[in-house]
Amino acid sequence: MNDFLKIHSAEIKKLLAKYPKGQERSTVMPLLHLAQRGTGCVTRHDIENIAGILGISSTEIASIVGFYTLYHTEEEKTQYRIQVCTDLACALCGADRFLEELCNKTGIKPGETTPDGLITIEEVPCLAGCDKAPLFQVQGGGVISYHEKQTLESAVRLINQLRDGMPGGEQ
Amino acid sequence: MPKQISLTIDNIAVSAPENTLIIDAAKRAGIDIPVFCYHPSLKPVGMCRVCLVEVGRPIIDRATGAVVTEADDSPKIQFGPKLETACTTPVSDGMVVLVNSEKSKAARNEILEFLLTSHPLDCPVCDKGGECPLQNLTLAYGPGKSRFRFNEKQQLAKNVPLGELIFLDRERCIQCGRCVRYQTEIVDDPVIGFYQRGRSMQIITRSDPGFDSYFSGNTTDICPVGALTSTDFRFGARPWELKSAASLCTHCPVGCNLTIDVRREAKSGGDIAIKRIMPRQNEAVNDIWICDKGRFAHHFADKSNRITKSSIRKRNQLTPASLETVLDLVASKLRSRNRKLVTLVGGRLANEDLYNLKQLTEKLHGSGFLYNDMAGGELTCQMGLTQGTSLSDLKQGSVILVIASDLHEEAPIYWLRVKQAVERGATLIVINPRETRLDKYAAYKITYRYGDEIATINQLMPGKSEPHYPAAKVIQKAQGLIVFVGNEGLGQKSSRAVMESAAQLLINGGFTGKVGSGLVAVWKNANTQGAWEMGFELAGDLQKMIRAADVLLIAGADPVGDRPELQEAMQSARFSVVLELAPTATTNLAHVVIPVQAFSEREGTYTSAERRVQIFYPAIGVKDDVLPDYKIAALLAERLGISLPGESARQVFEHMSGHITGFKGLSYQALCEMPDQWPVAGGKNKYFGGTASANHQGVGVQLVLNPHSSRIQSTGGKVKGQTAYDEKKLWAVPVTRLYDQGNTLLHTKLLEKRMVACEMRIHPDTAALYGVQTGPVLLSFGKAAQQGNCVLDETTPLGFVLVHRSSGIPINEVTAVTLSGVNKSNQSIGNRNK
Amino acid sequence: MSEMLLLRHRQFPEIGTLDGYLKLSGFKPFKKVVSENNPVAVIDEVKESGLRGRGGAGFPTGVKWSFLPGDITPHYVVANADESEPGTFKDREIMESNPYQFLEGLMIACFAVKATLGYVYLRGEFWQIAEHLEQCMAELRKQGYLGKKLFNTSYELDLHTHLGAGAYICGEESALLESLEGRLGQPRLRPPYPAVFGLFGKPTVINNVETLTNVPLIIEKGAGWYQNYGTPKSTGVKIFSLSGNVNKPGNYELPLGTTFRELIYTHGGGLKPGRKVKAILPGGASSIVIKSSDKALDTPMDYESVAGLGSALGSASVIVVDDSVNMLWVSKKIINFFRHESCGKCTPCREGTYWMDQILNRTKTSKISAKDTALLKDVALQMRGKCLCPLGEFSTMAVVSSIEQFPEDFRS
Repeated sequence: MNDFLKIHSAEIKKLLAKYPKGQERSTVMPLLHLAQRGTGCVTRHDIENIAGILGISSTEIASIVGFYTLYHTEEEKTQYRIQVCTDLACALCGADRFLEELCNKTGIKPGETTPDGLITIEEVPCLAGCDKAPLFQVQGGGVISYHEKQTLESAVRLINQLRDGMPGGEQ
Repeated sequence: MPKQISLTIDNIAVSAPENTLIIDAAKRAGIDIPVFCYHPSLKPVGMCRVCLVEVGRPIIDRATGAVVTEADDSPKIQFGPKLETACTTPVSDGMVVLVNSEKSKAARNEILEFLLTSHPLDCPVCDKGGECPLQNLTLAYGPGKSRFRFNEKQQLAKNVPLGELIFLDRERCIQCGRCVRYQTEIVDDPVIGFYQRGRSMQIITRSDPGFDSYFSGNTTDICPVGALTSTDFRFGARPWELKSAASLCTHCPVGCNLTIDVRREAKSGGDIAIKRIMPRQNEAVNDIWICDKGRFAHHFADKSNRITKSSIRKRNQLTPASLETVLDLVASKLRSRNRKLVTLVGGRLANEDLYNLKQLTEKLHGSGFLYNDMAGGELTCQMGLTQGTSLSDLKQGSVILVIASDLHEEAPIYWLRVKQAVERGATLIVINPRETRLDKYAAYKITYRYGDEIATINQLMPGKSEPHYPAAKVIQKAQGLIVFVGNEGLGQKSSRAVMESAAQLLINGGFTGKVGSGLVAVWKNANTQGAWEMGFELAGDLQKMIRAADVLLIAGADPVGDRPELQEAMQSARFSVVLELAPTATTNLAHVVIPVQAFSEREGTYTSAERRVQIFYPAIGVKDDVLPDYKIAALLAERLGISLPGESARQVFEHMSGHITGFKGLSYQALCEMPDQWPVAGGKNKYFGGTASANHQGVGVQLVLNPHSSRIQSTGGKVKGQTAYDEKKLWAVPVTRLYDQGNTLLHTKLLEKRMVACEMRIHPDTAALYGVQTGPVLLSFGKAAQQGNCVLDETTPLGFVLVHRSSGIPINEVTAVTLSGVNKSNQSIGNRNK
Repeated sequence: MSEMLLLRHRQFPEIGTLDGYLKLSGFKPFKKVVSENNPVAVIDEVKESGLRGRGGAGFPTGVKWSFLPGDITPHYVVANADESEPGTFKDREIMESNPYQFLEGLMIACFAVKATLGYVYLRGEFWQIAEHLEQCMAELRKQGYLGKKLFNTSYELDLHTHLGAGAYICGEESALLESLEGRLGQPRLRPPYPAVFGLFGKPTVINNVETLTNVPLIIEKGAGWYQNYGTPKSTGVKIFSLSGNVNKPGNYELPLGTTFRELIYTHGGGLKPGRKVKAILPGGASSIVIKSSDKALDTPMDYESVAGLGSALGSASVIVVDDSVNMLWVSKKIINFFRHESCGKCTPCREGTYWMDQILNRTKTSKISAKDTALLKDVALQMRGKCLCPLGEFSTMAVVSSIEQFPEDFRS
């Protein structure tokens, strides 16, 4: 029973309509984003469902999940990912120190998740916000939002807001 | 005719047709350019970069279009700023390729260095060592020392089962992609793929079971390193310890060419043991591929599973006796006057065995029969593939018709060859009651209800002005028509009718004797076709036949195993002699059992369903006094004053070619002729085509069409059909699954998990109607009842239950059945049949 | 510069709405070209303007459009909004604040190559921007600028967004197409080129967002007008994304030919007190590093002049490194980026970026042995000329040029 198809049938139809007939495969990435929106990760079940909708194998879908860094599997599941850019331009403006301090404050190392399973802090490559360093994006709650020109204080405040169940908006 | 291009490769003048890749042009000219990701059967991808070579082209004056020349009038050659991959660059006129220049060799050295940075130094424990392209190329072109630090090596999992048949070592993988591309491009089973990117790229499988493909073993041949190994062979032996024998697969009538690799070892008590089966290249039959059943299911021939001594039943127990004693006893039974000899043969037997048994039977005025579920073989003798017809030649204009066969299950390599024919432009028409894996390649798919085979085929006969199916027009216009007939839902009678219809289709369409045409029956065994060629006819009423015989001689058949209802008749047989490899239900009831040699222990020939006769040679020795069937027949004959050839298989073959019409003029020499084959597989250059074996032993010969006593006449397109199956009843339909529980698959532990056992497939609606669900069910038919496992399958037609042949449910024809659920205490909940 | 051509929202914030854009004579060019129905003329105009690709390659845009064969259809246009080159953030600002000018450029491009379907491929992180563009496209459909029988002609056009999912390599045009088709974002073999065998196997034009944003004004005001900006061989304006050790990082729209000095000091607010420019990376992480000097600072930022310095302008993502920074540290950052982003398809890039990363990470300090420096350079040079796509080649540029020009930073 393809419950993914049932729950999102209207949206899936809209996505399929974006591409010419015979090119349904193009919807793989949008469907994976859709699946991830709900639970914050792409489950094995999602992969099978999408494979069923598009008529391609689960292995091919899993292959795509593995290639792109924004897709996360069940094993990598977490509530909110605080993805801090530490690439060259941001690093020239102190992003490395910002990350270190943020991690110290939160009590975890980059790549780790807080014990309550809510917050993961990650180092990521350039987010195209080099003029507003330090910055990070928050992936979680079905959205990706940018938080630029951050200070340690503003970042910690945001994390607390997330903890309190409030979705992080643009600042 | 494609245009011929002239170029030079390492100063050697080479001529190649337009669009040839440099790599292939070089290979044909005898120059080996190293490759990893390139494989001549796959589309080039230019990923590994090891085939980088210097490529220079003549300079063309933009204004005049003329070639710019040097002082001596030779064309001025400009080499590109970068090296180019030979596997992706097509040849062009005047091109200059430098394969072994300093620059090219330096690039090769550097690419090899890159590959070796994280590639583990596993050679001492790696199965590929000794036949490893990476090893060979490193020695030839690679760096002698590593500049990479050991502790910085990428560490990855080393013993990952991709399913239980194939193991993956992620550290050894060099990300050439051959395995993934093979699965996607050639066999359409994209069940392995890459995961993650950059240095972390690794192979995964997400199918259930893992690496769910009937062709998975072939990836271990084309993997250029020891990343993919088969569970069957890994840690088994070193390639240089192996001796090879040319053989043939015995599992189905395709006749794939094999190499059996053996080694004498202490582990087997000093015996020579089979270590692995590899494909042997035959571009007319199986290219360089074999299916996993052929590759892994050879353990039925293991000595430990076999009958080793002749025996005589004394006081209801089989007691060992010498072969002489046994043969004397049998001869004595045959000597008495008016004794009725009935010989029953199976498709396991080689042509030589069949010939001698037929001769013996005839000379003793007995009756010889073929034990087979499918009829119509005499039609294939007359209407089989016209000599010169090869599936590899089919292209635009050829039409292939597949009737009542799920080729992927019945003969996977036929499925592959038909698919490849379609990809070259042939038109495919599939006629089947349900979905098959061939459907997506079919231009036309005609679905009929089990029982309506004849009516459906009749609709395709030529001469109809307004044919019901557009496919009929396609058949009319075909340059050649090949018809495959399988045994999907067919028994003896129904298969005969279907075969007749198929033959009529060919006759009425004017395809008789045309190259690119003919009838191919997908028999159950490797040499069923051979039995038909020898003149054996189908055994009809087996019970009657068994009871009527004074001496019943059974060779290569297990009728009681397939049909338990024959137990009583067999028990009451007056005197039965069974020639067999291993204990079966039939040998358990025989008066005399004589062990015979397996295919791996002897020489002989098989005739494939395409009517190609090929030789197989012994790979291992025999113990005790186990002889081949033809020899036993000759020894028996001798005792009865009949002279039959028996010194060697070749001797019998030579007799055959003198006496059997279809074999006239054939000789071993003809069977052993070797044409040039492309791609070049195996041999010294293992990186080009993979480790599949080169074929030096011959590709066999197709028989001429063999008219039997009565030539088939056209019936004007009318064949008597069957009555339709009552829609108010439930019908069990026998179908084939590759991994069943047949005698030749037993003892292959490796495939146990994939073998189907007592499985019944029912559409969910049918299940609901009969009140059953997934899980144990009881199938009742006639006086018998069988418990099995119900699996809901939406592709099963309504009103039918699919049961698999040779998997524990003894249903061999479409049979009316009833279904009932089974409660926890395993009692039938009663007949819910509505 | 007085009037912005691309970042017009800085002068007219209302340009971000369709009404606002229309009031500023938006979509007049598109309507004009569709009504006049002379696609060849459009291509010629863009050719003559000298507009070059703003994504980094600098290929003449009009010439690219003219490559599509007429006998293979349909045609497609894809806007490359993958913007993942470190130091680049210009396309983002355009799409966030002046989306309709960009979309109009895309639509004119579609008309010029006779495409009826256009896609905007955005990097996955630009999720919000994609939603925004989808809304803009919906507006355009509502107002009759997208759809069938546009302006009572037979021309029909529709646009869609497609979101990536975090792979820099998908900015490479053939990898972008693979990704759009639902496959791994790994570059294709070329030939055949996208102009002949592109999206779904059909002739396709792939243009950068900024490139397309120039197009409506070129059509409206003419190629000659556009040639007034910039230099003869590098015409027009460029958005320079300035970042790094400057006081005012940001996007600066300036004519091509503006000097580095002007960008960094006049617009970028110069460096921190007491600091000098040490090195300039003009094209983000893929740059050949420019060692700072008066000559370098006074070099005009156009494709030819920067090439004359032995570097390349690329996407004009100018990262300024001051003299407090060690170039070894810079190399570590850059190689770490490329190792993460290598798609893995070809051996030299897959193994080479990993190897260089390992060498650079042996010391967590700013020291490196002479042996390792030599090895690092060797590995980088070994990768050159062998990779399947430019990513592998470009990954070696910064590290080699740093070792050559700043040997004092590579010491034990």
